[in-house]
Amino acid sequence: MAVGTVDRVPPRRAGARVSGTFWRHPWARATALLTPPLAWFVLIYLASLCVLLITAFWQINSFTTNIVRIWNLANFQQIFENAAYREIILRTVAMAAGVTIVDGILAFPFAYFMARVASDRSRTALFVAVLLPLWASYLARVYAWLLIFTHDGVLNWFLAKLGLGSANLIYTNVAVFVVFCYIWLPFMVIPVYAALERIPSSYLEASGDLGARGWRTFRSVILPLALPGLAAGSIFTFSLTLGDFITPILIGGAGSNLIGNVIESNVGVANNVPFAAAFAMVPIAIMAIYLFIAKRLGAFEAL
Amino acid sequence: MEGRWTRIGLRVWTGLLLVFLYVPIGLIILYAFNSSKIETWPIAGYTLNWFKVAWHDPDVRSALALSIKCATLATIVALSLGSLVAFGLHRTRFFGREAITLLLVLPIALPGIITGIALASFFSFGGIDLSLWTIVVGHATFCIVVVYNNVIARLRRTSGSLIEASMDLGARGWQTFRYVTLPTISTALVAGALLAFALSFDEVIVTIFTAGAQNTLPLWILGAIRLGQQLPEVNVVVFGVLLLTLIPVAIAARLTGGGGISGRADTGEVAEAVQAGAGAE
Repeated sequence: MAVGTVDRVPPRRAGARVSGTFWRHPWARATALLTPPLAWFVLIYLASLCVLLITAFWQINSFTTNIVRIWNLANFQQIFENAAYREIILRTVAMAAGVTIVDGILAFPFAYFMARVASDRSRTALFVAVLLPLWASYLARVYAWLLIFTHDGVLNWFLAKLGLGSANLIYTNVAVFVVFCYIWLPFMVIPVYAALERIPSSYLEASGDLGARGWRTFRSVILPLALPGLAAGSIFTFSLTLGDFITPILIGGAGSNLIGNVIESNVGVANNVPFAAAFAMVPIAIMAIYLFIAKRLGAFEAL
Repeated sequence: MEGRWTRIGLRVWTGLLLVFLYVPIGLIILYAFNSSKIETWPIAGYTLNWFKVAWHDPDVRSALALSIKCATLATIVALSLGSLVAFGLHRTRFFGREAITLLLVLPIALPGIITGIALASFFSFGGIDLSLWTIVVGHATFCIVVVYNNVIARLRRTSGSLIEASMDLGARGWQTFRYVTLPTISTALVAGALLAFALSFDEVIVTIFTAGAQNTLPLWILGAIRLGQQLPEVNVVVFGVLLLTLIPVAIAARLTGGGGISGRADTGEVAEAVQAGAGAE
């Protein structure tokens, strides 16, 4: 396309009419732009979620493993009545809560250093240093811990060097816990950093002028203002732990099954998609309760 | 503000966490060159031999080919749909706008297993056989938001007067897009595409539910680890996957000055969406 065509007033062709219409009616433009992506999300993603919900109330024929489309609550009854499932749900929630708390404690000083102590240059470097592992292969980062925890691995070598004997952590829940804390840590650091960075220095000065010592300022000014960041980070750490089943497969042992493992084995091995769908309602319900409580506690108000 | 000891403490803490974050990644790199067949530390010797073995393994090759195909196709879909949403939502205010942003982040805000099992039941319900395309559909769904985040961030930072000036100078809609809008958002598009590629290339959870009997590279790794076989090859392939996710992300970070890669843990979008979603309950 030559520049010359711009110089003279062009005859109004169809294209020009369309672009003119869109310029005068932003509504028409937005509709035209949003229709394809919304169609994708509604026809595939939302439709899938609806099918998931419906499938949860179906059954399979135990001989043919074909899905029988009769509405009933048998799947849910099975989930609530089976003690093994209850234990798995409790273990998953405890794991998710523990990981969230530990990541919050690990991330806070780090984020504080990034936001309020580090120079501009090292802040940018730290920002990228936290985000790179967040994007780096999930599987690679879990696998690395297999190499660390394995019997003749890095951890036992290190402990032996320190004269502490050896710890056989591989295939235990402790190992799974450590790996979750490791994998999701960046998801906590970034929101907490964002919240801390937004606190105006004048607030801290005012607190100091009013006689508050460091600890008091931290408790009464910094922590309340950082709370929305911690809450946002906890949504990631909690929800990601709730749905993970790869780490228990690779790092965990016989007693490490989480909600995700039950769902996966029912789709893969047992071919019982309705039961898996019903079980998938458990993490969704837990997340809904979690978000409700977080909102009730005012965790999002300062955002 | 902070006392001297507090500052020193924070510095040490930050240093230790960086070690914690990067030691496992460093180990992946070292073990890829491990000459031994068993995974012991310290590594006895180094070799490039396992790279050759892995490269000539037909299973690894076909898994790599499938992963590249899926990631490329998912990136193309995400790039087109993600930019469309960004342009559609930029500078528009209407009822239900927050619901659209919620819908966009839902696939990465909800645990991957929900997206996976939902798509699995959808395909089983619709009688759709699992294929390359079912994987692409799954991946594209959670990659769209990555492109969207990058493009909308750039559009917000671009002054609207540029567009108006172009129109005033007589450029038509298409010309304005081609000569003004596209150059300003091009690096954001590239960054979004690279991130979408990395995200798709490494995806395990959604893939398990949408791949059926096919093997992508992460699924090959998972299978091999589960069986405890070919571990030297696994080391090499894991190293490859690590590089193929880190390099695009590092380039994307450079292109966007670090801001673009924060999208995956972006508080703003998720909190906004949660707020909207929780408010609607």
